[in-house]
Amino acid sequence: MAASSRAQVLDLYRAMLRESKRFSAYNYRTYAVRRIRDAFRENKNVKDPVEIQTLVNKAKRDLGIIRRQVHIGQLYSTDKLIIENRDMPRT
Amino acid sequence: MLLRAAWRRAAVAVTAATGPKAAAPTRGLRLRVRDCAPRSAVPADTAAAPEAGPVLRPLYMDVQATTPLDPRVLDAMLPYLVNYYGNPHSRTHAYGWESEAAMERARQQVASLIGADPREIIFTSGATESNNIAIKELEAAIQPDTSLVSIMTVNNEIGVKQPIAEIGQICSSRKVYFHTDAAQAVGKIPLDVNDMKIDLMSISGHKIYGPKGVGAVYIRRRPRVRVEALQSGGGQERGMRSGTVPTPLVVGLGAACEVAQQEMEYDHKRISKLAERLIQNIMKSLPDVVMNGDPKHHYPGCINLSFAYVEGESLLMALKDVALSSGSACTSASLEPSYVLRAIGTDEDLAHSSIRFGIGRFTTEEEVDYTVEKCIQHVKRLREMSPLWEMVQDGIDLKSIKWTQH
Repeated sequence: MAASSRAQVLDLYRAMLRESKRFSAYNYRTYAVRRIRDAFRENKNVKDPVEIQTLVNKAKRDLGIIRRQVHIGQLYSTDKLIIENRDMPRT
Repeated sequence: MLLRAAWRRAAVAVTAATGPKAAAPTRGLRLRVRDCAPRSAVPADTAAAPEAGPVLRPLYMDVQATTPLDPRVLDAMLPYLVNYYGNPHSRTHAYGWESEAAMERARQQVASLIGADPREIIFTSGATESNNIAIKELEAAIQPDTSLVSIMTVNNEIGVKQPIAEIGQICSSRKVYFHTDAAQAVGKIPLDVNDMKIDLMSISGHKIYGPKGVGAVYIRRRPRVRVEALQSGGGQERGMRSGTVPTPLVVGLGAACEVAQQEMEYDHKRISKLAERLIQNIMKSLPDVVMNGDPKHHYPGCINLSFAYVEGESLLMALKDVALSSGSACTSASLEPSYVLRAIGTDEDLAHSSIRFGIGRFTTEEEVDYTVEKCIQHVKRLREMSPLWEMVQDGIDLKSIKWTQH
């Protein structure tokens, strides 16, 4: 299989962010979005294709975790936090 | 109107709706009953809400008491609560083997976080049980020259970091066993049992974004540290802790340790920045605020502040939209001021005014800012009502007052 291209990495990044925004718990949602942005930013200059593939594989696994946990969170969701009412949801 | 629009924008999950026209949301916590339908347990004394509206939960700033599960931890645990339910000590079938494999993988994850060998990790029900096992060792190996030093790595009330490596060095040279309760430190600051010459260490799952009800005790093998089992039975965990090892819980502990190892540096940097923000913003807006604990040897996520001329309990109750504590959860039922603050020589009146702010992996800048804003607002308000504060403003030295006996 060819090494992950820039487009594939970006697709993965967008998919992870999109999924993370669906966490119903404020703290999980903000953490996931923030952590994904910071992790992709931190690794943006990695050149070694083997390392890139390792990171991409880990990200794919994490995307699976996020999907499942978002779903579970929605099944057991509860009330919003006091600050969610005041401002727009952001990291 | 604006409220409802903002609510709709912020809503992600759909819970059972109370109806299209939502009443004004109230603050607090609702008592969860079996179903998930929003039903407010808050008495309707607010005139604007004749029918129960949604309840807004307080922010969580009490991570020293306990931490939320990291989603990665729950994800690791669930398979063992659903399909892989075998007893890890069953030797004769695949259910047992897969459960045992998971248990040993978790053991390796815990060991790796503290630089230990997996054979030196015994799973327990938590740091308290681990402490008891470690201390009991003293009674088991009683000799005139044997003793045990037991130190908390990071204090849970004021966040002070003890000089573990130095203490370890001294103990090792004097042939004294060294135990540390690392519940608040594991996964947050780098720990290595060999570098720091630690012989026994207690680990708690629910302090590091893992599940409650599980922990571990590290027991050095070289040179061998002998411990006596607290509970006897089927001889599990090398005879040191009988009882079926709860695979889902230990898998959670292992996952929490692995995540902590990966995230330690990132979390520490973020938490330090947030702590700095909280302390600076409070101190620049309020006079007479004291931070308890040595600022140089301090874990940033545990901030203990004393607000002079304000009663700690009143401030806690005023800050009802933020989950906080004054002193440790294990002593919160008693009315006495913190034994830790008393031990570091804090004045009696300042000890009664202390609040502990906990910043963790999931704490946001918004939560810190909100907490700071409310804290400043309520401290100012409470001080306005305080006759002591009024006297201080008039320039009276409180220490010079002779209080009359009634």
